[in-house]
Amino acid sequence: MWFLEKAGRLDLSSYGRKDIFAHSPNPTNLNVLEAHHIFKSYARHEALKDVSIAIPRQTIFGLLGPNGAGKTTLIRIINQIIEPDSGSILINGEKLQPKHIGYIGYLPEERGLYKKMKVGEQLLYLARLKGLSRHEAVSRIQHWFARLEISGWSDKKVEDLSKGMQQKIQFIATVVHDPDLIILDEPFSGFDPINANLIKGEIMEMRDRGKSIIFSTHRMESVEEICSHIALINKAEKVLDGPKNEIKNQFRSNTYEVMHTGTFSDLGLSYQLVKQTPLEDGFFSAVFTIEPGISPNQLLHELIQQVEVHAFQEKIPSINEIFIAEVQKQ
Amino acid sequence: MNKIGLIIWREYITRVRKKSFIIMSILGPMLFGAIAIVPVWLASQESSGQKIIAVVDESGMFAKNFQNAGDDNIIYEYVKEPVEEVKSEISNGYRYGLLYIPTLDLEAPKGITLFSEGNPSMSTVSDIKQKIQGIIKDIKLERSSISKHALAQLETKLNIATINLQEDGTEQQGSSGTSSIVGYVSAFLVYGFIFLYGAQVMRGVIEEKSNRIVEIIISSVKPFQLMMGKIVGVAMVGLTQFLLWIVLTFTVSTLAFSFFQADFDPVQASVMTQQISQDKAAQADTVAQLENAIDTINIPLIVGCFLFFFLGGYLLYGALFAAIGSASDSDTDTQQFMLPIAAPLIFSIITLASVLNDPNGPMAFWLSIIPFTAPVTMMMRIPFGVPVWQLVLSMVLLIVGFVFTTWVASRVYRIGILTHGTKINYKTIGKWLFNSH
Repeated sequence: MWFLEKAGRLDLSSYGRKDIFAHSPNPTNLNVLEAHHIFKSYARHEALKDVSIAIPRQTIFGLLGPNGAGKTTLIRIINQIIEPDSGSILINGEKLQPKHIGYIGYLPEERGLYKKMKVGEQLLYLARLKGLSRHEAVSRIQHWFARLEISGWSDKKVEDLSKGMQQKIQFIATVVHDPDLIILDEPFSGFDPINANLIKGEIMEMRDRGKSIIFSTHRMESVEEICSHIALINKAEKVLDGPKNEIKNQFRSNTYEVMHTGTFSDLGLSYQLVKQTPLEDGFFSAVFTIEPGISPNQLLHELIQQVEVHAFQEKIPSINEIFIAEVQKQ
Repeated sequence: MNKIGLIIWREYITRVRKKSFIIMSILGPMLFGAIAIVPVWLASQESSGQKIIAVVDESGMFAKNFQNAGDDNIIYEYVKEPVEEVKSEISNGYRYGLLYIPTLDLEAPKGITLFSEGNPSMSTVSDIKQKIQGIIKDIKLERSSISKHALAQLETKLNIATINLQEDGTEQQGSSGTSSIVGYVSAFLVYGFIFLYGAQVMRGVIEEKSNRIVEIIISSVKPFQLMMGKIVGVAMVGLTQFLLWIVLTFTVSTLAFSFFQADFDPVQASVMTQQISQDKAAQADTVAQLENAIDTINIPLIVGCFLFFFLGGYLLYGALFAAIGSASDSDTDTQQFMLPIAAPLIFSIITLASVLNDPNGPMAFWLSIIPFTAPVTMMMRIPFGVPVWQLVLSMVLLIVGFVFTTWVASRVYRIGILTHGTKINYKTIGKWLFNSH
């Protein structure tokens, strides 16, 4: 623990108060990242076709799409691992360049650590590759060790840790240099539920501290919960993007779901019964669509006269449904 | 420290701290010593089983001539019994074999036969052959009334001193024997080091790929930086090992030397000097000659060239090894790509003997100029003296070759490290090479 001892003398109290916009030359710029008309093709196929996205500052942005849609290619371009054939990436309004490496924290889908290296040395190495000084790196590592309550692990080799422990280290490796933009590619694949929750909590906390997070996945249920903005990519092209709630509103179809007991007869032409399914104990679930201009209260009013209503809610499509609808449309 | 420095440092320190490195550093010099000493020691040991061979000499011409020297493995035993009887006795195991010599026509000896159980070794047969030839020669000499003594006087022992004329006109004494040994040893060392440390680079790349850490690293540094960092880091491990071996060998041999000298009483020595036999004088002469020969070898030149050609050859091949690693998911995948890389190296080792035959011939020249074979072949030639322009040309071409292979390797590497699970063949690699992305 030679390097942590040295850092033990540092004053770490200022860590949390660090200026969150320290890296940002232009904090008034609303978008932390903008991709303009990105094209990229490999020998056999086109990976990205005219993809433009904008990531607003301090948001959790879901980058969605089926496997092979081009998400990872876009992320690798942002991380300067590969270069686009054409198009440009702006970070805080500035053209993407090598100095932005330290500005981004990246958790790839294909991830791992040096198995034979000690945890502390490994994190120090990765942090310093991101451009941190030894001094700074050590204090950050210590901060994260304390935060995730794993202070005793520094001298352990990665291969001696359990899978769950390795995942924590992996996460620290992603954020150790305190990046302002954090890119997580399928972050919950391979993470056990406890660590997934822990990381979800950390992601939210970082957002609250002013960080922006790009969250790439094909698993929609995790997106619904934490993302405020999404972009959907399918077959190398962007299908839709924008704030999550706006997108969901776009896909509203005046559909309402009612849970009731008893039976009803014809409600009139303005209300169309889409389907009715019996539930347990004499309960039914019925789905209606109503004509535009008719309020849900009117439907409720009609129903109350005939059946006992136990629950009534608008059926807003889940991201998953939107996703499937959009992908199938193509 | 910049990023490539960090990578070099990590590659270096993780390898140098390994137990296997420390063990190799200590065992290496011992192993070299053992390789040099064990064959000599084994050869000096008497073969455990002495063979008894019965000799049936029909003419009686060879009687008493098959004398048993003390340190011989073969004991000859004259027997008078008929051949068939002795032959049948061989199977009961007392005797190893039967040498049957019929009455011979000395001008055209025929019909000498060795019966034995199992095939006799080449050396046994040639021992017997020489013995019989010697005896026949003696008999013939006697017939021509030349005495053995007179013959011995005819024979003269001769050494030819080889002097290399230097370009500046000075003369340098050379010794082809010593040059050959130095050439062989340094050529083999270069060959071994290239394979040993090239394979380490390859395994390091595969490790990063199979650990899936590579994408994390190359989001911080360029793939080229990672590749070069690894190659240079491993080169430094190789140099460290080499230096450790030199220091250790030097220390051990110095210690051993001073230990033996302590045993040597100077008074006794002076007495011994007076009593020194002719034989000893001859031996001392040989030692002096050997020392002289070692003096004639330009050690700084050889060590300098060794370091250059080891590093140059290693860098040339190391980049290719890295490319192979990047195109493979596991050690077994590497096999298909190894041949084109191993072939020129193995070829340069196979041709060492012909290079030795004619160290300045066209084959030696071309092989020591072509960068892929130069490191090994040039090390063989250097102790024999190489014109400066050839040495410089070879070095320049090696550097050019290194730049070229690194360029090729980096194009394969940057795509290979991100490719998982797909079977990669030469065609795919070709595409990586010539596509810009």
